[in-house]
Amino acid sequence: MNATGIGAPVRRKEDQRFVTGQGRYVDDFNRPGQAYAYFLRSPHAHANILSIDTRAAKEMPGVVDILTGEDLAADKIGGLICGWMIHSKDGTPMKAGPHPALAQGKVRYVGDHVAVVIAETLAQAKDAAEAIAVDYEVLTAVVETATATQAKTAVHDVAPDNTVFNWHLGDKAATDAAFARAKHVTTIDLVNNRLVPNPMEPRAALGEYDVGTDNYTLYTTSQNPHVARLVLSAFIGVAPEHKLRVIAPDVGGGFGSKIFIYAEETVCVWAAKRVKRPVKWTSDRTEAFLADAHGRDHVTHAELAMDEGGKIIGLRVHTIANLGAYLSTFSSSVPTYLYAPLLSGQYDIPAIYCEVDGVYTNTAPVDAYRGAGRPEATFVVERIVEKAARELGQDPAKFRKRNYITQFPHTTPVIMTYDTGDYHASMDKALEEADYRNFGKRKRESARNGKLRGIGFSSYIEACGIAPSQAVGSLGAGVGLWESAEVRVNPTGSVEVLTGSHSHGQGHETTFAQLVSDRLGVPIDNVSIVHGDTDKVQFGMGTYGSRSGAVGMSAIAKAIDKVIAKGKKVAAHVLEAAESDIEFKDGKFTVAGTDKSLDFASTALQAYIAHKFSGQELEPGLKEGAFYDPTNFTFPAGVHICEVEIDPDTGVTKIDRWTAVDDFGVIINPMIVEGQVHGGIAQGVGQALLEGTVYDKSGQLVTASYNDYCMPRAIDLPSFQVGMTVTPCPSNPLGIKGCGEAGAIAAPAAVINAITDALGHEDITMPATPQNVWRAAQKNATKLAAE
Amino acid sequence: MYAFEYHRPTSVRQAATLATKAEDMKFIAGGHTLLPTMKQRLAAPANLIDLGQIAELRGIERSARSVTLGAMTRHAEVAGSAEVQEAIPALAEMAEMIGDPHVRNRGTVGGSIANNDPAADYPAACIALGATIVTNKRKIAADDFFQGLFDTALEEGEIITKVSFPVAQKAAYAKFRNPASRYALVGVFVAKRASDVRVAVTGAGSNGVFRWTEAEEALKGRFGTKSLEGLSASADGLNSDIHADATYRAHLIGVMTRRAVQAATARG
Repeated sequence: MNATGIGAPVRRKEDQRFVTGQGRYVDDFNRPGQAYAYFLRSPHAHANILSIDTRAAKEMPGVVDILTGEDLAADKIGGLICGWMIHSKDGTPMKAGPHPALAQGKVRYVGDHVAVVIAETLAQAKDAAEAIAVDYEVLTAVVETATATQAKTAVHDVAPDNTVFNWHLGDKAATDAAFARAKHVTTIDLVNNRLVPNPMEPRAALGEYDVGTDNYTLYTTSQNPHVARLVLSAFIGVAPEHKLRVIAPDVGGGFGSKIFIYAEETVCVWAAKRVKRPVKWTSDRTEAFLADAHGRDHVTHAELAMDEGGKIIGLRVHTIANLGAYLSTFSSSVPTYLYAPLLSGQYDIPAIYCEVDGVYTNTAPVDAYRGAGRPEATFVVERIVEKAARELGQDPAKFRKRNYITQFPHTTPVIMTYDTGDYHASMDKALEEADYRNFGKRKRESARNGKLRGIGFSSYIEACGIAPSQAVGSLGAGVGLWESAEVRVNPTGSVEVLTGSHSHGQGHETTFAQLVSDRLGVPIDNVSIVHGDTDKVQFGMGTYGSRSGAVGMSAIAKAIDKVIAKGKKVAAHVLEAAESDIEFKDGKFTVAGTDKSLDFASTALQAYIAHKFSGQELEPGLKEGAFYDPTNFTFPAGVHICEVEIDPDTGVTKIDRWTAVDDFGVIINPMIVEGQVHGGIAQGVGQALLEGTVYDKSGQLVTASYNDYCMPRAIDLPSFQVGMTVTPCPSNPLGIKGCGEAGAIAAPAAVINAITDALGHEDITMPATPQNVWRAAQKNATKLAAE
Repeated sequence: MYAFEYHRPTSVRQAATLATKAEDMKFIAGGHTLLPTMKQRLAAPANLIDLGQIAELRGIERSARSVTLGAMTRHAEVAGSAEVQEAIPALAEMAEMIGDPHVRNRGTVGGSIANNDPAADYPAACIALGATIVTNKRKIAADDFFQGLFDTALEEGEIITKVSFPVAQKAAYAKFRNPASRYALVGVFVAKRASDVRVAVTGAGSNGVFRWTEAEEALKGRFGTKSLEGLSASADGLNSDIHADATYRAHLIGVMTRRAVQAATARG
């Protein structure tokens, strides 16, 4: 193995600048003449806007302009879009209500955008916003997921009962038949709690318009700058695509929330032209809580059918998915095609039927958040499987193994074809590393100290490497999900890789360079990864869905292959040999069977000086591009085992041990992968124990700050035992499956299964806060006393 | 944040004079409550008088029977003080449990008790230990000082100069943190003093810090956890919020009281 090649734990190249404060984020950019935008946001969850009077506010010191939805309409700026069409069971398209960047007649959640004040300073903009008089007619707010369709008021006129879609997947008749012959049926009711994404860097946007060239520039916190440019130009219509440059520089985390195209960046680009000044907006933390797209928020009833031997024969799921007040960019795909197709888990289940009702409420829009649909699916499958094993009196590990898929490829009843995997291997390894056989001993030891110990499994699967364009197109996606790359070799032999992927914490500058170093044999320091600027990089689809390795790097690999092919031609000319005789190995082009060779850097130089080429035969230069479209999703899978110890006196749950065994296929950088697993688990533990988004009955966000919204801290987490098994992915040239979301997908079920094991009953909801666990433990004590 | 006039007096007398002249004035100590509130535009004093440069407000004094903290003494200084650790270890431990390092390095004892946040830790220590709050005008017993949510006996412009804590025979503080904010969801400070036993509860009461007198009575006979058996705190008058309702808080008062008594007795 090359010390900086594939499989090497290379230290992250980008960390020097990040940890020394030299990263350059959107808010670090300032342009001459820049003005500041402040959004006046709705204090009401649901209200008609009777009037907006900006006259007094416009006279305030420093105010450049104040714009409202009326101005947007006058400039014919379109609304924000949802790029994935979902059809209901009856074939009707989803009910997409209008989503103007600034409210037009109505506000639909607390934090909705009413007007934007542009001023010389942010403080002046805020002062002026306070002087805007808005006359609201307050309407009843629709807040609860479970009862949204029964509400008396409609969030959108197009959806009178607040139903966006009634969607389904699977074979209902076959599933009903399976339940009819079942010997045992396990049922469960689950709430998958709403989460606020909380990336370290809040969103920001800086729009600029050049009157001379009629060009627009948008600096924005985006995970996919080209998609942002496409949506802003082709759909919203703020600027022509070729005139709009979108720059997503260093971005401090996204977890999905920076995929979407929001009101704020739309307004900053549009307003920059209106006021002929650069316009900058930086979210504060409160705004991030209110108006970043949230995640999860499902209410689910599920039933699992088993035959007399404990073999699973059917799964029936009904989910109500809260989509919030508006359909965010990819919101409709998350509780549908990113959710139900994973309901087979790692199990051979012959019949599955899933219904999902997407609903509007007067809450922040809900969209993809680390895992996006797959954590929700895993939570359903792994909770109900665990419960079924308990009801049947079977060991939860054995019950799972009894039902694992063992033959690949395997086509599930919910449209996925798993290409490869070895679920027994990861379970066996996890049991070993978790010291499962001595769990009973540890449980007794805890009991002696007055503590309740429990163990929980999560045998998760995810569909990553998003995604084959043809497949997603047939399911309603408005875009293809391939990726692009260009590999530019400079005359000195250094290499620049232009990738459509976008790094916002993943370490692409290191892992992508490792691939180049490995394949071309160039020192890793001679490789630059260029991303996040539509003026530099060819069109690309960005980073989400654990796709940058499997899809983004596959595109790079394809471009590298072309570079090597061209390099062989160059070397053949220089070495005066036949192209078919040239071999490339260890960074050298060699004439087979001779000691005649040309190293990579010399080949690059020869390609550019072109002295040895006859122009007609060989083009100068060494630069190749590729688009890679995957042939299938990838299916990372694994087993996480969580062991908790509960203090029944206080309800505090301590995670005592955590074992993760993941199969991510081929791994480029094990250190970075382990970091991704750690971060994912931390987020999953956050969801399971700590993070709960609470709106009150009137639609006010109660958890709008860290005083009430609890993020995981180091002290909440144990030292993780992370192990791997490897089945290379056959669906991409590098064998990569993806690792970015696994922890967040696996963790919640593992934690809750451990808690329910400790408590001896299933009645606990996420987040399992001390209060909730104490109450559940009380119930336990009462039950025991009664027995 | 709105604009304000900023003043930085160097003596208590200067600060007091400024306070009488400045309209719509607030004193700022560590600023850990006031500044965030101002940044959110929820507080807008026209004049801010910073007590941070007044040397006479700093420092820790130890005498045979008490520990006296200057009002501007930082939590970290109290936590790290050998004198406090020796004389009233529970007080040092309590200071160590406040917030996080940022808060402890900025927040002050005077600021904490003048603000009288119902979930702050210091009020419980003051009540349980029977502290005396000294101002530029008078001495106030802790029992008379804390008067409800964010309400104290301080008059307009009155400045806390120091807080004097009598040394207890045994004392300890047990805190159950709000999982999100790390404020006390329930904090119980118990102190066995020559004359009595005090059990002061913070974080739980809907009217701020209070004494759990039943527990005090029970512990008077014998200062040990056995004396608390069968005793439970009433949920009446306790806070309910998304983190803990009154029933759970009442239960935690019992648990934290037992743990504090245990810690106090274990200290010997």
